[in-house]
Amino acid sequence: MKLELGKIFIKDIRFAEKTALQDGVLSVSKDDLREVALSEEKIKTVSFDIAKPGESVRITPVKDVIEPRVKVEGRGGVFPGVISGVDTVGSGKTYCLKGMAVVTAGPIVGFQEGVIDMSGPGADYTPFSKTLNLVVLCEPKEGTEAHDYERAVRMVGLKIATHLAELSKELSPDESQTYETLDLLEGMKAYPDLPRVAYVQMLQSQGLLHDTYVYGVDAKKILPTILYPTEDMDGAILSGNCVSACDKNPTYVHENNPVIEELFKQHGKTINFVAHVITNENVYLADKERSSNQTAKLCKMLHLDGVVVSEEGFGNPDTDLIMNCKKIEAEGIKTVLITDEYAGRDGKSQSLADADKAADALVTAGNANQVVVLPKLDKLIGTLDYITKIAGANADTLREDGSLEVELQVITGATSEVGFNKLSAR
Amino acid sequence: MVKEIERAGIPVVHICTVTPISMTVGANRIVPAIAIPHPLGNPAMKPEEEKALRRKIVEKALKALETEVSGQTIFKD
Amino acid sequence: MAKIKVVHYINQFFAQVGGEEQADYPIEIRKGEHLGPGLAFQQAFGDEAEIVATIICGDGFFSEHIDDAKAKLLEMVKGEKPDIFIAGPAFNAGRYGFACATAAMAVQEELHIPVLTGMYIENPGVEMAKDKVYIVSTKNSAAGMRDAVKKMAPLALKLAKGEKIGASVEEGYIPQGQRVNFFEKERGAERAVKMLLAKLNGKPFTTEYPMPSFDRVEPNPAVKDMAHATVALVTSGGIVPKGNPDHIESSNASKYGEYDITGVNDLTADTYETAHGGYDPSYANQDADRVLPVDVLRDLEKEHVIGKLYNKFYTTVGNGTAVASAKAFAEEIGKKLKEDHVDAVILTST
Repeated sequence: MKLELGKIFIKDIRFAEKTALQDGVLSVSKDDLREVALSEEKIKTVSFDIAKPGESVRITPVKDVIEPRVKVEGRGGVFPGVISGVDTVGSGKTYCLKGMAVVTAGPIVGFQEGVIDMSGPGADYTPFSKTLNLVVLCEPKEGTEAHDYERAVRMVGLKIATHLAELSKELSPDESQTYETLDLLEGMKAYPDLPRVAYVQMLQSQGLLHDTYVYGVDAKKILPTILYPTEDMDGAILSGNCVSACDKNPTYVHENNPVIEELFKQHGKTINFVAHVITNENVYLADKERSSNQTAKLCKMLHLDGVVVSEEGFGNPDTDLIMNCKKIEAEGIKTVLITDEYAGRDGKSQSLADADKAADALVTAGNANQVVVLPKLDKLIGTLDYITKIAGANADTLREDGSLEVELQVITGATSEVGFNKLSAR
Repeated sequence: MVKEIERAGIPVVHICTVTPISMTVGANRIVPAIAIPHPLGNPAMKPEEEKALRRKIVEKALKALETEVSGQTIFKD
Repeated sequence: MAKIKVVHYINQFFAQVGGEEQADYPIEIRKGEHLGPGLAFQQAFGDEAEIVATIICGDGFFSEHIDDAKAKLLEMVKGEKPDIFIAGPAFNAGRYGFACATAAMAVQEELHIPVLTGMYIENPGVEMAKDKVYIVSTKNSAAGMRDAVKKMAPLALKLAKGEKIGASVEEGYIPQGQRVNFFEKERGAERAVKMLLAKLNGKPFTTEYPMPSFDRVEPNPAVKDMAHATVALVTSGGIVPKGNPDHIESSNASKYGEYDITGVNDLTADTYETAHGGYDPSYANQDADRVLPVDVLRDLEKEHVIGKLYNKFYTTVGNGTAVASAKAFAEEIGKKLKEDHVDAVILTST
């Protein structure tokens, strides 16, 4: 399967009478986007704002971050099974709007949702301080149930991103890159001497605000399965989760999964990147056993030599991580794990909920309990009404001078367990 | 937590879904639960069925507390 | 800015007093001198810092007259008012390592002066002091002096100036059992792929998080007479009275709650909820008995299956909560329950 990814660099976003994309400048009409958003019937009101890198702006509570993408050639459409039909994606040609993101925010659902600072110390930790952000603030209709509200906001984000990406369909990209994965047999013939490697991605699937969707299917209901790595680039996997925002993967991170990018860089040179294996992290022990068994089995079937395993979240998913590691290693396949740590504010506690000696090669995205002080910024998009309740905050979070004393946990994407960032710990 | 209560000299049973974590953290008497968001319940059941299920788990926990163990033990059916 | 003042501690061997035959050389201070490794340190410091005195002591003398040696050492260091105290490096010399560790810990604790030492990872002095003072990781013999000074000198200056100290891997010290965040040069995904390539090719690699070992507690004897036993409920599932009166955090909780359930026979959606942020809370909010089975235990109490349900329950949020905090909560809870003659505990987790 072969995908050409065309990148259109966005230099600026501004509000205008008419939605248009010209010379890298994205003009958006609020009325136009409002119409798109309000097609979700659970949404009462919607408003828009723009946040640019370096500005003294804080966005919270953030639910999802999405990179606009559109299919221009080949089968299917972006976000299959959710926005487009359920065709298999990952081939042909896709355009993406680089350097920007659609950020959804709004009143909290549960224990919530993250913070993005566009400048100051908080900006160093979130990848989304570097993108031009179109922020979509959604208010639900009264009496909307939590799961319905979460879904509505998720859909608004995806619809708006898709709407914007459509603008690029007739343009020619500034840069293009082609990714190709051969079928199993052809791949074996093409790279007979290279070690066979796959990416095992664990998807958060613990329930409300901890869900992930694969071709529109709730990931808690899947058995582990195999994808071509390019399918992810067309939005086959998307996020419905943001509690402890630091280590949940926003849709943007799925579209730009760094493990897939890094494995493609080595593909055909030092390794044969065979497949993308996805599995889940469910709340029943039997599910954990079943999914890790299946994952190890798939790795064996693919006759792999090595895998990179990434976790999503922490706590009981640490057990899924260790189960996957133990069972895959038991098949004689070498593993490297990516996770983050909850070692306490002082860094002295045990970092993971589970452990095993098989996990001898681990990459860490840092200690999410580390405390940071985020100074007051000039402008707030969203609300601080819930800031003391979100995971990683406490009753004393909001200080008298308007600054926030929080754990890294609250910052969207700060300790990304797919290795999006450079943050680490020792 | 379970280890510190045991250390205080009181027998303790840990009812939890993810028994491997319970093993890792060092609980001695472990009773498996239903699911993480509802360890002692099942929202899909009728209330009286659900309570009967809960009672079964609690009874199993009491039984575990009445059983001498020499090391970490998971009390399955 | 004035020059940083350094006091340096070395043994008889590095002071070129003599070898093992001089091990009982008593402690002495040579003001205004730098010698042995001090020469290399002084060169590395340049104009930024000056070794104002060198303290010399035989390794045998130090370990045999430890209290006396320590007292004299503190006196000597105090007199110089240094900005930093450097001991060694001791490489893999056991008694020298012991002396450096003891001296460094004493100066830091008693005089509140920053300290630094250097040792080979297997030196017994490392186990003694690594959680308390910075110990630069050195080679196992004096052949590694250049390398040791190269790492120790800049770290010593940072410590003397009170600057922020980075993670162990950046600064070259032995990890202190405390995780410290820092920014790597490459993103995590790239590091993972590189580590996998090394592992596949049988080349050396270093995990970024070595797996911990766990301690175990012996099980207590079983409950003999359940029909007369007091049973208490404890949960890490965050069940709290509606409104979370004590504001227990939804993640990495800093406290636990103690709530009276005298006369409570059933937890309802109107009276109890969960403060836990790590799972879908709707089921526990509808019926908190699903996490904390008060209803069933009340029935069992009425039926005399158990003596009684203890009149309080203890609760915290297990989500992202540091093991050390959970341990501290449970220690307090355990103590209270023991004092109140609770015979058995049911702990539920989500």
